[in-house]
Amino acid sequence: MLEKVLIGSRRYWSWIAFLVLFIGVGVFYYLRQLDYGLGITGMSRNVTWALYIAQFTFLVGVAASAVMVVLPYYLHNYKAFGKITILGEFLAVASVMMCLMFIIVDLGQPARAFNLLIYPTPSSILFWDMIVLNGYLLLNIVIGWTVLACEKKSVPPPRWVKPLIYISIPWAISIHTVTAFIYAGLPGRSFWLTAIMAPRFLASAFASGPALLILLCLILRKFTRFDTGKEPVQTLAKIVTYALVISIFLVGMEIFTVFYSQIPEHMKHFQYLFAGLEGHRALVPWMWASVFLAGAALILLINPRTRKNESLLAVACVAVFGSLWIEKGLGLVVTGFIPSPLGKITEYYPTGPEVLITLGVWAMGFFILTVLYKVAISVKEEIEA
Amino acid sequence: MKSSRRTFLKITGLSLMGWGAKPVLEVLARNESSKILKPPEALKAKRWAMVINSRRCPHGCTDCIQACHNIHNVPDFGNEKDEIKWIWHERFGDAFPGQEHPYIQAGVKERPVLVLCNHCENPPCVRVCPTQATFKRAEDGIVMMDYHRCIGCRFCIAGCPYGARSMNYRDPRPFIKKINPAFPTRTKGVVEKCNFCVERLAAGLLPACVVACKEKALFFGDLGNPDSDVRKLLRAHFTIRRKPELGTQPQVYYIV
Ligand code: SF4
Ligand code: SF4
Repeated sequence: MLEKVLIGSRRYWSWIAFLVLFIGVGVFYYLRQLDYGLGITGMSRNVTWALYIAQFTFLVGVAASAVMVVLPYYLHNYKAFGKITILGEFLAVASVMMCLMFIIVDLGQPARAFNLLIYPTPSSILFWDMIVLNGYLLLNIVIGWTVLACEKKSVPPPRWVKPLIYISIPWAISIHTVTAFIYAGLPGRSFWLTAIMAPRFLASAFASGPALLILLCLILRKFTRFDTGKEPVQTLAKIVTYALVISIFLVGMEIFTVFYSQIPEHMKHFQYLFAGLEGHRALVPWMWASVFLAGAALILLINPRTRKNESLLAVACVAVFGSLWIEKGLGLVVTGFIPSPLGKITEYYPTGPEVLITLGVWAMGFFILTVLYKVAISVKEEIEA
Repeated sequence: MKSSRRTFLKITGLSLMGWGAKPVLEVLARNESSKILKPPEALKAKRWAMVINSRRCPHGCTDCIQACHNIHNVPDFGNEKDEIKWIWHERFGDAFPGQEHPYIQAGVKERPVLVLCNHCENPPCVRVCPTQATFKRAEDGIVMMDYHRCIGCRFCIAGCPYGARSMNYRDPRPFIKKINPAFPTRTKGVVEKCNFCVERLAAGLLPACVVACKEKALFFGDLGNPDSDVRKLLRAHFTIRRKPELGTQPQVYYIV
C-alpha cells in the first residue's frame, strides 16, 4: 500500500516540499543544538523544561484522543465513525511519533537514550511513560495498517485484531494518565501537585484531539475525493463540546481550591499566569488569549445552529485547538517552574533555534500524517471506485 | 552480594564500565586504581549529615563556596541562565519559605543562609530518575550521581524541591578557572550537584566546605554515632530543616 505515497497531485507534492523545508531547517538547528548543548534554547537553571516538553505533553493528548473515535465505533458499533477510525488511529501514530521526537530533542545526552532500557527503573514515571507511549504507537500502527489492508482486499479483518482494539482503548487513557503523573507526583512543585491533573489532561485532550480531527476531515473533503459525510463530523463536534465544558470546569475547580485556600505557594503560579508576578508577565497575554478563545469556542459549540454550520464549526475548532495548545503547550509546563523552589522568578522566552527545532518536529509529524493519510485515502478511493 | 560484586570488579577491572558510580568514584578518588576497596583511612558513617550554624556566617564570606567549586571543577559561565552551583547563599525567606515574618528576631532575615543538596533520606530526585544515574548510597545515605549514565532528561531537577541541582546547558570545561585533575569534569548535557565530598571522605578527609570555613559554622558527621559532633549539636540546639513538610527528610540541619 505504501506505493500510494509516490503518486500524487502537484498540490500534494508542494505540500510535501513545504514540510521537507521545515524539517530540513529543524534538522540543521538540531545539529547545532547537539554541538552547543541545550543552552541554545531559552531554558535556564530555574526553568528546565519548556517548549519541547510542553509540545510532548500536548501531543500525548492528541494521540490519546483517537480513543474518541475508536471507542464509539468498536464498543458501541457506531457505524458513522467507520470511515474515520483509520484517520483517528493514524493521527495517533503521527502524534506519538512527535512525542518521542520531542523527548529526544529535549535530552541533554540523546546518545545515551538507551540507558532508559539498559537500566529500567520502575520508580520513575518516565520509565512507564516510555512503555505506554511505545506500546500505544505499536498498537495503532498494527491495528490501523491491518484493518486498512483488509479493507483493500475486501475481507474482514483477522480475529486477532479485535483484542488489540479493545486493549488500545484503556491504553489510550493510560498514556495521558501516566504523562500527567510525570507532573502530579512531584513534591514542591505546587502548580502541578494536584490530583485532577490526569482528568484535566484527558478532558483537554478529548477536546483538542477531536477538534483537530474535524479540521482534518474538512480539509480532506476540500482537497480530496474522500468525504466523511456530515454525521461523523457533527458527532465529533458534540464530543469536543462536552470535553471542552468539562475541561473548563476542571480548571475552575483548580482555581477555586487555590484561591479560596489562599496558600501562597499554590496561588503564586496562577497569579504569574493570569496577572503577572512582581512585574513579570510574559505569559499573561497568552493565557488571556486562551481564555478568550475557549469562551468564543464554547459559544459557537453549545449553540446547535452555529455548531451545525460547518464553517463556523471550523472556526470553533481552530479556537479550541489554539486555546488548549496555549494552556498545555505553553502555560502548564513553564509555570510549574515559576516561581522556582527558591522563590526566584525567571521568565522563559524560547530562542529562534528552539522554535525552529520545534517547528521541524511538527513538520515531521505532519509529514508522517500526510503519508499515512495518503495511503488510507487512496485505499478508500479505490474501494469506492 | 556486595562483596561478591567487589571481587568481580577487582578481578575484571571493569569498574569504569558503568556498574554504578560507587566504584567509579572510589577509583577516581584514589590515584592508584589497583585497590577498589576503601582505604583504611576512609571516613565511614551510618548516616552522614551536616549542621550549619548560620549565625556564625559573616556577610560577604564565600570561603566554603569557593573551596567547593574549585575542588569540584564547577564552571563559571558568568550568567544566571546557564549557572551551575553546588553550594551558595540564599535569603532566609527563600531558603525557608513561610518562616519569615515582619517581627522576626533582628538579624535573622538579613543573614545569608548557606544551601546545598540536603542528601535527603527520602530523595524525590532518586525516585524520579529513569536511569538510576542519581542514586542513594545504601551504606551512608549520600545521594550520588553517575555523570556517565545521566541522559540529561532533568526529571531530577523538577523533582528536587530545593533547587539543588544544575544542568550543564553547555560544555563546562572552557569555563573552569583552574581544572583540578583529581576530580572529573562534566560534559554538556548532564546534571550535577553537591556530593557531600564522597571522594574526600574516601580519602579520610572532611568535606571541603567544612574545612574551608574559618568561622567554624559547618559541621559534618555521623548521625548514627551519638557522640558525633552533629549529634551533640542537634542535642544542644534547636535546629530546623528546609521544607520538612514534604517528607524528604533533609539531612542538612540549620541553627538559625
Ligand atoms: S536536596 Fe534535592 S537533589 Fe539533594 S537529595 Fe534532596 S531532592 Fe535530591
Ligand atoms: S537528568 Fe540525569 S540524573 Fe537527572 S533524572 Fe535524568 S538521567 Fe537521572
